[in-house]
Amino acid sequence: MPSLRQIRRRIRTVQNTGKITRAMEMVAAVKMRRAQQATMAARPYAEKMAELLSHLAGMPSDEDPHPLLQNRPVERVTLVHMTPDRGLCGALPGNLNRRAGSFILEDNAGTPVSVVTVGRKGRDFMVRANREVQAVFDGLGDRPELMDIVPLARLIMDSFVSGETDAVFISFGQFVNTIVQRPTLQQLLPVVPAELAADKAVGYIYEPLPADVLDALLPRYVEMELYHAVLEGIASEQSARMVAMRNATDNASDLVKDLTLEANKVRQEAITNELLDIIGGTLTFQ
Amino acid sequence: MATMQFEMVTAERQLFAGEVDSIVAPGTAGELGILPHHAPLLTTLSPGELRFTQGGQEQSIAVTGGFLEVLDNRVTILADAAEQADEIVLERAEEAMRRAEERIAQRVSDMDLERAVAALRRAQVRVAVARRRRSRSPGPGPQAGAAE
Repeated sequence: MPSLRQIRRRIRTVQNTGKITRAMEMVAAVKMRRAQQATMAARPYAEKMAELLSHLAGMPSDEDPHPLLQNRPVERVTLVHMTPDRGLCGALPGNLNRRAGSFILEDNAGTPVSVVTVGRKGRDFMVRANREVQAVFDGLGDRPELMDIVPLARLIMDSFVSGETDAVFISFGQFVNTIVQRPTLQQLLPVVPAELAADKAVGYIYEPLPADVLDALLPRYVEMELYHAVLEGIASEQSARMVAMRNATDNASDLVKDLTLEANKVRQEAITNELLDIIGGTLTFQ
Repeated sequence: MATMQFEMVTAERQLFAGEVDSIVAPGTAGELGILPHHAPLLTTLSPGELRFTQGGQEQSIAVTGGFLEVLDNRVTILADAAEQADEIVLERAEEAMRRAEERIAQRVSDMDLERAVAALRRAQVRVAVARRRRSRSPGPGPQAGAAE
């Protein structure tokens, strides 16, 4: 049986931890809201871009398709694995890593997969698993801008165009709601434009040529897709952290309650014992 | 007077949305003016100044490139990055321009040079937009009570 002092010390420790986790929960809640807003703010741009791309890619052409649209037999695959930089966000990194692992080992069992990691948790996992890690990006922070994604996008597009890889996939945590974050795998390259509804086809005047506009549009589109995935990942990370920290705070207050109960028991027991001693003492004198 | 819907978005935010009378945009193939009921058009933009008039008032936005689409009397600009004239701090823009010039003078490697030149062009555009705005409205802001 621990002494009263030990229990009281324990209560203080747990209370302090609870304060920290409560603060972390609130910080995560604010950051999650901001990440959600950023995702929303990026949506009009992304939707318009996808629409323009469908227009352009749907145009009949005698030439070869744009390098970023080329479908080749898949001999080598690249996976862009996006994970949080930091822990204390529940099962999210583990789930993301598991999804990426099954993608490499099961979905692409016979194909060599090279990995580009965004975020430390995924990097650590891939290094531990002895995977070939082609490049590492981390420290994007909580509020990345489109410009921060450009080096990553450039690297991926270059290795696709040069033929080092035949298909690129991204793995990230899709933000469904505060409770649910779905590990998602999505094809990035070759780009597959959405089919255009027939009534939406428009005869644009292109300036300069359609091919030039497509040349300019495609890299932007790829950057945008990556940016979107990064933003979703951040929203997922923060909401997972928020929930994890809320649970931790609840656990801490439960623990404090139990410990207080125990402390009171020990205290009362001590008082009872003292009383018994006194009574016993007086009895012997009578 | 006929107007058209104008919307300008970047990946991070919406910069402008509303009815405008005319637009002058820095297209890659040259500057182009757009009036209401323009034919469907899709073009790329170069770094430059985008001007538009709304109720007789001209406004300008510095863009560093992007796309412009005209469809059904709606103009949509997908800008790589853009700043409204009154957001630009002239001193900061000039400072950025000087830095870019210095980097070009030092010319470290091809890759860096390319980026420095791009940065210089962007900075020049920002400085130009900010200077124009200063010379245009030194005193009180929009004319109060101007009847439309």
